[in-house]
Amino acid sequence: MELKVQSPGGCASSGCGSSGDRLAYLPEAIRAKVNNHPCFSEDAHHHYARMHVAVAPACNIQCHYCNRKYDCSNESRPGVVSELLTPDQAVKKVLAVAANIPQMTVLGIAGPGDPLANPERTLETFRQLSEKAPDIKLCVSTNGLALPSVVEELCKHNIEHVTITINCVDPDVGAKIYPWIFWNNRRIKGRRAAEILIEQQQKGLEMLVARGVLVKVNSVLIPGVNEEHLKEVSRVVKAKGAFLHNVMPLIAEAEHGTFYGLMGQRGPTSEELQTLQDACAGDMAMMRHCRQCRADAVGMLGEDRGHEFTLDKIEQMDIDYAAAMTRRAEVHATIEANRAAQRQHSGETFVSLASLKRGLPRKPEPRPVLMAVATTGGGVINQHFGHAREFLVYEASSQDVRFIGARKVDLYCSGGDSCGEAETKLQKTIRALAGCEVVLCAKIGYEPWGQLEAAGIAPNGEHAMEPIEEAIAAVYRELEESGRLEPSVAEPRRLSA
Amino acid sequence: MAFKIIEGCVNCWACEPLCPSQAIALAASHFLIDARKCTECEGEFAEPQCASICPVEGVILDGLGVPVNPPGSLTGIPPERLAAAMAEIQAR
Ligand code: SF4
Ligand code: SF4
Ligand code: SF4
Repeated sequence: MELKVQSPGGCASSGCGSSGDRLAYLPEAIRAKVNNHPCFSEDAHHHYARMHVAVAPACNIQCHYCNRKYDCSNESRPGVVSELLTPDQAVKKVLAVAANIPQMTVLGIAGPGDPLANPERTLETFRQLSEKAPDIKLCVSTNGLALPSVVEELCKHNIEHVTITINCVDPDVGAKIYPWIFWNNRRIKGRRAAEILIEQQQKGLEMLVARGVLVKVNSVLIPGVNEEHLKEVSRVVKAKGAFLHNVMPLIAEAEHGTFYGLMGQRGPTSEELQTLQDACAGDMAMMRHCRQCRADAVGMLGEDRGHEFTLDKIEQMDIDYAAAMTRRAEVHATIEANRAAQRQHSGETFVSLASLKRGLPRKPEPRPVLMAVATTGGGVINQHFGHAREFLVYEASSQDVRFIGARKVDLYCSGGDSCGEAETKLQKTIRALAGCEVVLCAKIGYEPWGQLEAAGIAPNGEHAMEPIEEAIAAVYRELEESGRLEPSVAEPRRLSA
Repeated sequence: MAFKIIEGCVNCWACEPLCPSQAIALAASHFLIDARKCTECEGEFAEPQCASICPVEGVILDGLGVPVNPPGSLTGIPPERLAAAMAEIQAR
C-alpha cells in the first residue's frame, strides 16, 4: 500500500485521485481551504460545483483578446453573453441554486466585465451572501487594475480566493496585449498603460498575500507574444505567494471580433500549451483542469444547469436556507466519505503497477502514454464519445497516472450548432486529442471508431463506469504487456546523459 | 453642447456609472446620452469620462459631431499601418 513511487515533482499519486499531493508544499490551513474548491482542487472538481453570477458589467482596461460586446475573455470563452443581474437578484439566485444543488460550494463573481471596476455591485453581493449563506465560499476574479484600492473592503467580506489575470510582468510585452487602460479618470495608452497595470497587479497580489487571502494567477498564452515570458511570470508570482498558476490558451477567432481575432493572431496548439504548462509546473503548482467556465454557469464544472435557474423560475421558489444548510452539510459529508474511499482504492492500483515494474527489473522504463477520458464528473468514465465537449488528459507511466489537463473540443467554435457538420466536429475532436494514444469513453459510434484508429488514437469503451485512474492504469498495463511501450530510440540517450 | 452615443455601441456599461451628470442610460437599441443633461464633464473632469473609457472607436461624438475616438486611436494602430501590423501578427 505504501509503495507508490515518488516522481521528482513530489506527486505521489494521480493528480485527480488526490488533490493534496500536488499541493503538498502548502501549509495545512491552505490545503484545507482548497480541498473542496472545484476550481482549485484537481479532485474536488469531480465532486463539487461552483457557480458564477454576472453582476459586474463594466471594465476598465482593454485586452486585445476581448470583444467587449461579450463577457470578459479572461473568464469565459469569447462570444458568451451572460444575463446581467442586480446584486439582489444574484443573491436570490445563489440561494436557490445552493438549496437545490448541495454540491455547489463556491460562488464567484467574474464578470461579465471586471468585478472590481464595479466595486459597489460586487461588494454588495458578497456582503449579503456572507451574511445569508455562510457555508458558501466566495471568490472573485479581476484584471488587477483596481485591486489595491479594494483589498481592504474585500477582506471585510471574508473573501477566501482571488484570481488575478497576469499575462506579463514586462511592460514591453504588456504593450502588445493591452492597448489602453482607464486610470484616474483618464485613458492611458501604450507602454505606460501596461506599466501601470502591471504595478497594480503586483501590488494587489502582495497586499492579498500579506492578509492571508489565497491568490490564484491566470495567464493567457499568446504565441509569439508571451509564451517564453510566462515562465518568468510564473517565477515572479510564486515568489510573491500566489498558490496556483493556471495557463490558458488564447482563443482568437475572427468571428468573435476581437482585435487578435481580426488581425489573425493564432492561438497555441494543444502541444504548445502543454509544453508551457509543464515548464511552469516545475516552478509551482499548476491548475490544469480549468475549463474556462462561463461567468453564469451553474453546475458541476464543464456542465451547465443555468437554464434551471432563470430569474422567473427563481421568483417562484421559496427558499428556506437554514433547512437547506443542514441538507447541504449531510451531502458534503457523504461526498467526503466517497472521496476517501476512492483514494484508498486508487492507492491499491498503484501498488500493483509498481510491483509489476519490480517484476521486470532489467527492462528499460516503458515510455509514458497520454490517454484522454470522456466524463461528466464523479471521477468515473461515464460519457459517450460523441457527447463529450471536452476530454480530460492523463499521462500514464510505470510510476503513476497523472492528470495533465482538459482539452476542449469546441475550443475554436462558439458552440452547439455553429460547429459545422458532424465530420468537421469529429476532425476537431481528433485535432484536440493530438498526442493521445488512447481515448476512454462509455460508448463510441462505429464511424468515429474507424477515424480515431486511422489517426493513431485507440478508442476504448471497455471501462465504462470505472474510476478513471484505475481504468487508465489497466489499459497502460495491457499496452505494456503487449509490448507496445518499448522506449523510443531517443530515450536511452536521455537516460544516460 | 452635448456628447452623443451612436450606433456601434456594444452596451458594455463602462460609461454609464462614470458620467457625473447621470446623462447616460440604456435605451432600446443601445446606451444613449441625454443631450439636456450632458455637461461635457465641464468643471468635473479634464476629459469627458464616457469617451475616455468607451472601448469602441467612433461611437461617441463630441459636441461638433466629431468622433472622439477615431479609427486606430484605441487599437493603437493607425489605418495606414494596419496591413503591416497584420502581417507582423500573423507571422507569430
Ligand atoms: S479584463 Fe476581461 S472584460 Fe476587460 S478587456 Fe480584458 S478580457 Fe475583456
Ligand atoms: S461627456 Fe461627461 S457629462 Fe456628457 S455624457 Fe459623457 S460623461 Fe456624461
Ligand atoms: S462605453 Fe461605449 S460601447 Fe460601452 S456602453 Fe458606453 S458608449 Fe456603449
